[in-house]
Amino acid sequence: MQTYDLEANGLRGLNSTLQEQNGGTNKTAWEIVNPKGSHAIAVGLDSPIDVTVKGSTGYYCAGMNQQATVRVEGSVGPGVAENMMSGQVIVEGDASQYAGATGHGGLLVIKGNASSRCGISMKGIDIVVHGNIGHMCAFMAQAGNLVVCGDAGDALGDSCYEARLFVRGSVKSLGADCIEKEMRPEHIEILKDLLERAGSDAKPEEFKRYGSARQLYNFDVDNAQAY
Amino acid sequence: MCGIVGLFLKDKSLEPKLGDMLTDMLITMTDRGPDSAGIAIYGSEADGRTKLTVQSDAPEEAFDGLDGALAEALSSDVSIRVIDTHAVLDVAAGKAEEARSALAELRPGMRVMSAGDTIEIYKEVGLPEKVAERFDVRGMSGTHGIGHTRMATESAVTTEGAHPFSTGSDQCLVHNGSLSNHNSLRRKLRRDGVRIESQNDTEVGAAYLTWKMQNGATLGEALEGTLEDLDGFFNFVVGTKDGFGVVRDPIACKPAVMAETDQYVAFGSEYRALVNLPGIEDAKVWEPEPATVYFWNH
Repeated sequence: MQTYDLEANGLRGLNSTLQEQNGGTNKTAWEIVNPKGSHAIAVGLDSPIDVTVKGSTGYYCAGMNQQATVRVEGSVGPGVAENMMSGQVIVEGDASQYAGATGHGGLLVIKGNASSRCGISMKGIDIVVHGNIGHMCAFMAQAGNLVVCGDAGDALGDSCYEARLFVRGSVKSLGADCIEKEMRPEHIEILKDLLERAGSDAKPEEFKRYGSARQLYNFDVDNAQAY
Repeated sequence: MCGIVGLFLKDKSLEPKLGDMLTDMLITMTDRGPDSAGIAIYGSEADGRTKLTVQSDAPEEAFDGLDGALAEALSSDVSIRVIDTHAVLDVAAGKAEEARSALAELRPGMRVMSAGDTIEIYKEVGLPEKVAERFDVRGMSGTHGIGHTRMATESAVTTEGAHPFSTGSDQCLVHNGSLSNHNSLRRKLRRDGVRIESQNDTEVGAAYLTWKMQNGATLGEALEGTLEDLDGFFNFVVGTKDGFGVVRDPIACKPAVMAETDQYVAFGSEYRALVNLPGIEDAKVWEPEPATVYFWNH
């Protein structure tokens, strides 16, 4: 286990050290101490390393992640795992606005609540929130899965494309062109797998599925594979 | 972008350290607002007395003999405490309005930053660290305080554009965001006789609260009214003689974090402003909900 003291050694050193790790490294486990709410911790990683942040972070933690697993033992500020490509980001506490925004892949797990705009413009990322989410979540969401074990705020899935939205609790309101959809066996399978990987014991059968009514954009079933 | 910090103490033993803690929080928010800074501090109260904090760009001339001149105008004793470009005038309770009119005649260029039994407002252009140093904010004690670091968007970088704004006796407001209907609202409020001096959007927000309360609204009702009548982005933090309130607009795109322990309630635009507060590791930390008024009272 490598330990990096962020307060003593600075942010630039942290990110360049973590970004230098490649497939051949034997330094695969990292612990970051004294994060103290700093911004842009562990961003742009591109190797299968394991990073644990011992405390809460500021903006853009684990942004643009590829392959790495980043675990935050605290809460995160706006834009956690923004534009994630692959790998995993696990937040033990709460997440501020636009968690997982524009993410293309990988799994983002938030064990507390996420606030507004979670999964905005998501493009393939899977997001599992153990608690509640705020307003305007999955706005213009294109692909991927957003799973919410608690309640969702106003305007869920506004103007969304082909992302799947699963909510166990109540939805305050649905956004434009977002509707409740039938839960088919394949959706139960997807949910079961995601909940298991996210460490949630919620039952897939308790969830409702929401998605696009496909009235706002030119959907052609022949292009379904593109999503 | 702007930065807000606020600290409302529940534990009296922390009161001597209020200025010190607020200064650290304020300096941490320099990245969010390096052009000006200000602080409202709720300090000690003297029976039968009230305070006016005034500011002048030419303090030496403005404050020279001001206590004597004001005492004569009010036919009542006045004391003065000069701190850099600001001075705190101590006048008999009930004389605040009379003093305000007298000051406008005695020193036309001078600005009244705040009036009230316990409030003092200090604000200037410059880096938050320098502003805090000029007024020795670290040395101040009090029950609660609000600080602001400004990155101007809607109007010029000037002392009167800096926050906090006074909204009435012992009341103040700081703002992070930008109001988009401030011009029309300014015209409407001016027609109703409300005095608004600058082109600044926040001053209109402050004047709006004052106007609502003059028309019988409580502070809570006035804050609820902002959700209906103000258009734009805002996180407002307000102070009263014994209270501290927070409201965010329904879009809530401006960041806000709150923390509460048995010892205090704290507000920060970012969590890093709160990291050095005592017991923060075990504090209840949360993001205030959109379109929701929060209030704490002593």
